Amino acid sequence: MTDVIDIQDTYAESFARLSARRGRSGPAWVQALREAGLEHFRRVGFPTLRDEDWRFTNVKPIAQTPFVLPEPPAGKLGADALQPLLIAGLQPAARLVFVDGCYSTELSDTSALPVGVSVQSVAQALDADPATIQSHMGLAAEAESDPFIALNAAFLEDGAFVRFADNTTLKRPIVLLSVATRRAQAAMTHPRNLIVVGRSCEATVIEHYASAGGEVYLTNAVTELVVGDNSTVHHYVLELESEQAFNLQTLKIRQGRDTTVNSHTALLGGAIVRNNVHPIMDGENGHCLLNGLYVPRGRQHMDSFMFVEHARPHCDSRQFYKGILADRAGAVFSGRIKVHPGAQKTDAKQTNQNLLLSGEATVDTKPQLEIYADDVKCTHGATVGELDEQAMYYLQARGISADAARAMLTYAFAAESLERMNVPAIGELVGRELLSRLPRGRLLAHLLESV
Amino acid sequence: MGDTKELETARTLEAIASEKYKYGFVTDIEAESVPPGLSEDVIRLISAKKGEPDWLLEWRLKAYRHWLTMTEPTWAFIHYPPIDYQQIVYYSAPKKKGDGPKSLEEVDPQLLETYAKLGIPLNEQKALAGVAVDAVFDSVSVATTFRETLAKEGIVFCSFSEAVKTHPELVRKYLGSVVPYSDNYFATLNSAVFSDGSFCYIPKGIRCPMELSTYFRINAAQTGQFERTLIVADEGATVSYLEGCTAPMRDENQLHAAVVELVAMDNATIKYSTIQNWYPGDEEGKGGIYNFVTKRGKCAGHHSHISWTQVETGSAITWKYPSCILLGDHSVGEFYSVAMVNHFQQADTGTKMIHIGKDTSSTIVSKGISAGRGQNSYRGQVKILPGADHARNFTQCDSLLIGDKCGAHTFPYIEVKNPTAHMEHEATTSKVGEDQLFYLNQRGIDDENALSMIVNGFCKQVFRELPMEFAVEATKLLSISLEGSVG
Repeated sequence: MTDVIDIQDTYAESFARLSARRGRSGPAWVQALREAGLEHFRRVGFPTLRDEDWRFTNVKPIAQTPFVLPEPPAGKLGADALQPLLIAGLQPAARLVFVDGCYSTELSDTSALPVGVSVQSVAQALDADPATIQSHMGLAAEAESDPFIALNAAFLEDGAFVRFADNTTLKRPIVLLSVATRRAQAAMTHPRNLIVVGRSCEATVIEHYASAGGEVYLTNAVTELVVGDNSTVHHYVLELESEQAFNLQTLKIRQGRDTTVNSHTALLGGAIVRNNVHPIMDGENGHCLLNGLYVPRGRQHMDSFMFVEHARPHCDSRQFYKGILADRAGAVFSGRIKVHPGAQKTDAKQTNQNLLLSGEATVDTKPQLEIYADDVKCTHGATVGELDEQAMYYLQARGISADAARAMLTYAFAAESLERMNVPAIGELVGRELLSRLPRGRLLAHLLESV
Repeated sequence: MGDTKELETARTLEAIASEKYKYGFVTDIEAESVPPGLSEDVIRLISAKKGEPDWLLEWRLKAYRHWLTMTEPTWAFIHYPPIDYQQIVYYSAPKKKGDGPKSLEEVDPQLLETYAKLGIPLNEQKALAGVAVDAVFDSVSVATTFRETLAKEGIVFCSFSEAVKTHPELVRKYLGSVVPYSDNYFATLNSAVFSDGSFCYIPKGIRCPMELSTYFRINAAQTGQFERTLIVADEGATVSYLEGCTAPMRDENQLHAAVVELVAMDNATIKYSTIQNWYPGDEEGKGGIYNFVTKRGKCAGHHSHISWTQVETGSAITWKYPSCILLGDHSVGEFYSVAMVNHFQQADTGTKMIHIGKDTSSTIVSKGISAGRGQNSYRGQVKILPGADHARNFTQCDSLLIGDKCGAHTFPYIEVKNPTAHMEHEATTSKVGEDQLFYLNQRGIDDENALSMIVNGFCKQVFRELPMEFAVEATKLLSISLEGSVG
């Protein structure tokens, strides 16, 4: 316990150093948000297994590592080093690159954006457009709801600010790429993104986390997504970091009337990953899809924590999370649906399916329903199992090796999730990554490509 | 649906709100109680009154000392004012005449009258019903029937205190073997102060010739009742046990913290059925029983089978998770539950299935019905440990909502540590469909009967697991609770 408290002191030190470096610049309300965040974190500390929301995820390795804020200058990342991190076949409308948490103007490209869409770093926007940021930031993601959100607020410095003016449709995606470089000390970054979508818009935003030399480090990101009436937003989280990295991300969504939000998550990298998705359907006739795929191996631990709030009538939500676990990996799924009083005609579905490829992998799943209205349709389902023996036999009887058969069936299990992703390049990328982890998977990947 | 329908609904909802608890009356018997409060002295007194051996007193004291270090759990989805454990009377027994009754004639006639009001088939009905009743009035059992029939088979079925005297070796061996004294706050409290309960031992290869049954009743005011039930089925034995409850109307909340332990050896089967119909409090949520029960069965042997069936319609608060530890290979655990809440009742109930042995399987069927301002939660855990190869679980928990001020919640926990496990979980929540009601109305069935039909259909999967006479009672109970609550 004592060492954890010491570590909390190092966060306070980092905070003090950051404040000194920053001087008295920045709006007062941001400073207040930071101080409230630090204060809350100091009070509650890191969550333990005794906290209901963290029952199956032990964050001790995070609590015991003395992470420091990366001192400027940011790590060097050349354009050639960036190239392999880009998603093949994807043509984004804009790309914001953050190296060790700092916005990189050289690597980013926002030149091709249409009128009505603005993409900049939060630090820039705080100078240029503080009013918009103030009216949204911290409203969806309260520091009190989670110690890591509090920590993020305490170190709120930079991130992406994406804004869609009313009646703007952009089919091509906006990519927010966070890259960690190799540093002398284990670094921590606390990206804070804000996406504000006006009325009657269509937007696609991809959050992509990757490593370029960085191994042990902490990314603690919070994204607030505000969706105006009659808009559609596709949001992606791609976790492709080093398998020693710690990654916590929170997506808080506030949905207006007649909106559609599709949130897709693919978790492949990271040592301990926590993926929070929390949509609040705050207008009638909202639609929300949470589609996720987690593929831990080795000793990776992935925790998907969903909380869907139906605050208004006539909304529907769908949660489809699938997991493929190998080696000694662990996965947690918590899906909570809360139907507020008066949210009649709610239609909420939730399924969590897990495929265990090894005897030492463990799954903890916790699908919950909390319902305070009577005219609702809510269902949840969860399954855990291994590959179907008969299907394996069928394929082997036709001369397909056991490994290849296993790869085919595993890919087929994941395909449903991949096909839901409406940006084909991402589905293909995740599919390739998945297959590269399976024996004989490359052969299958090759076959799939030639089709 | 039109306005008339809504009006009708409002009217019928009023009717259910005014539905009085039909089993409320108090029998005035001079109770032999200890003063309220809990201390080592009280425990020594309880133990001395019952003439218990030293090892049992030691066990109680160990539990009490452990209890002092514990705090009341807060994780359940229930709300109630803090309980003052020093205001509770921990022991109360009907006054004895001489050495206690040897036959029904010697039993206090007032007691027998109480049973008659409850419709317990203890007197002339006993032969008809074919039920052996070990009636617990408050805390001490006063009459046991069919003892001889059972004795012929070698079956031990008696009150707990009697078992401590006559079969100390069995009690000592199995007491706390499933629910240890340190298990949880309420079970530990029970271990320290339990007054009486039932003990049952079915020897090897015996199929119990009749359904065993206990009617529990809480009587003296402000008396917490702390029964302890222990059922052991030896190799190849089979037993079906019924537990049914009603309690007189009371204004103050009464605490009830019981413990039930089941042990099933190789090839043994235990079926435990409960109807819980304690006083739920009035329509304002005043009064009612606090029911904090720990029930757990251990499938110790291979091919053993434990089945829990419960119908929970009473109590202001229900906190109850009948569980199975599936230790033996090929063992089977089952849980069938109907929980109904109305007015201000709160129920947080479910089960735990812990798969340890190979090829173990478990089934969970839970049906929750919420009406009025009731809050109903299903909380269940399915745990498949690394050694439980080819374990199977099927879980289904459905909720039915009647009215828009109630709540239905599900909190399942599924932990799998073996890839050969197959587990499925399904849950649905819905209200009684207007089209279903319309269909039945069209065919000349009024709202009340239609609702009763729909709810009975909803619960059928559970009711058919109940023994015959219980199934009848359960259906009746449910339709009483539902009278008029068309949504």
